[in-house]
Amino acid sequence: MVRAFDEVIEMNKEKDVQVISQQQAKSVFETTRLNLWYGETHALKDIHLTISENEVTAIIGPSGCGKSTYLKTLNRMVELVPSVRTSGEIKYRDENILSKHYQVEHLRTKVGMVFQKPNPFPKSIYDNIAYGPRIHGIRNKKILDQIVEKSLRDAAIWDEVKDRLHENAYGLSGGQQQRICIARCLAIEPDVILMDEPTSALDPISTLKVEELIQQLKANYSIVIVTHNMQQAARISDKTAFFLNGEVVEFDVTNKIFTNPHDKRTEDYVSGRFG
Amino acid sequence: MAYINHETVAKKLSVRRLKNNLWKNVFLLALLLALAALVILGYRMISQGTAYLNWEFLQNFSSRFPEKAGVHAALIGSIAMLAIVAPVSLFLGVGAAIYLEEYAKKNKFTQFIQMNISNLAGVPSIVFGLLGLTIFVRMLGMGKSILAAGLTMSLLILPVVIVAAQEAIRAVPDHLREASFGMGATKWQTIYKVVLPSAIPGILTGGILALSRAIGETAPLVVIGIPVIVQFLPTGILSEFTALPMLIFDWAKRPQEEFQYVAAAGILVLMILLIFMNSIAVWIRNKFQKRY
Repeated sequence: MVRAFDEVIEMNKEKDVQVISQQQAKSVFETTRLNLWYGETHALKDIHLTISENEVTAIIGPSGCGKSTYLKTLNRMVELVPSVRTSGEIKYRDENILSKHYQVEHLRTKVGMVFQKPNPFPKSIYDNIAYGPRIHGIRNKKILDQIVEKSLRDAAIWDEVKDRLHENAYGLSGGQQQRICIARCLAIEPDVILMDEPTSALDPISTLKVEELIQQLKANYSIVIVTHNMQQAARISDKTAFFLNGEVVEFDVTNKIFTNPHDKRTEDYVSGRFG
Repeated sequence: MAYINHETVAKKLSVRRLKNNLWKNVFLLALLLALAALVILGYRMISQGTAYLNWEFLQNFSSRFPEKAGVHAALIGSIAMLAIVAPVSLFLGVGAAIYLEEYAKKNKFTQFIQMNISNLAGVPSIVFGLLGLTIFVRMLGMGKSILAAGLTMSLLILPVVIVAAQEAIRAVPDHLREASFGMGATKWQTIYKVVLPSAIPGILTGGILALSRAIGETAPLVVIGIPVIVQFLPTGILSEFTALPMLIFDWAKRPQEEFQYVAAAGILVLMILLIFMNSIAVWIRNKFQKRY
């Protein structure tokens, strides 16, 4: 109840978020007045965005528009760049993750990430999946076995690798490696999965498999996906945010963005007139 | 449109091809000269040294009779010194490299430190000998001990170990670090579980090459005042000792011709020790690479 009350106050303060907060689904991330600079470059300008539970939110936009930067802000991976400064607020389940006191390791256990280029460790498939649970203190072999099997099953790759769990993950194809990375992410039992152009390095068939997987994962996870591929955004996402020059131009139900966008620039972009 | 005159091109082609072949042969010559020097060196060492190289040579202490002279004390001394140098230089070197690569902010100050480490690698070894004499032997009162010599040698090879370890750590791709951080690993977990396992073959290759240098260095030992004639085995890290290069140096400057052959035999022992160490490096490297 208290939370709902806070939200009302928040909404009155921020008229811009009003439109989005009225959606019924429970929100996972609430971004308010987020600004981000790389040194002198103003990369994200006054972002307001709400990510809802058990939905796929796609972020589209031309190169350099800040969509990857925004995604990496959600698990604070953006801080690996030394010159980054931020202002504003991102609330993950009602806690401001940009606060200095928020423990970033805890956040990244809840908010997993899948990267653009498949990046398995040069270890066995088993050790790749068990990496996350192990760093969080699970040593019991039986429990690890169960986590590895469940994660690989959930990532729809168990049948392909079950006989070669102790072989190096580098021996797999690019598409398989990416699904291993998704399984590795599932093994830490996250709440949200961030995906940074997860299929841009993959062939069409592997892409299709990953897209199908995303559809299945939606039932249990909230997913935010950055993509260059507009058809992909249209196929798999529930909501779409269109970024341009570090600003959110439009954020709405995917269908609306692609068929009846509000803003002229969105229309130009989704119809392929630029970008 | 005719910027390229195909007739002229065809005419000049033979000259270009000639130059092409010429350079290939120049490089081949460079390789052959280097190999020739190596072969001559090896041949001289083996032809002169093998006569004196036998089991007793390894068992005998130093003597003024060439046929009774041996490397026992020096061989044990060199190995004992190495037992100090290896852990000290690897721990300090790898630690410093990890700090510089993974923790330190990239600013003017770290650049300055970086430049000085590289310069330190070029400082003559005799200077390190003076440093060791002043600090370890005199100030800290370690005397002409294995510990003093080992610490001096550690300082000598430290810059080389740091630079080699830094290069190995830098070669670990960033996307592996990102994957680890992305799952909530701390910096130390990422270094320990991802960065170091990938970097260890490179660190060990550089490290063991540096150790080989330490075992062959003579100048710092001379400056510290390590004795040559030692008739006992070292009993602890603070006992006096002698080392192989010291003994070889002493034999080579003696007037009797036989001692030249004894010196050659000593060099052979040193070479065998070096080859043995390098084989360990290769073995460890292969072992770690097989895990992936």
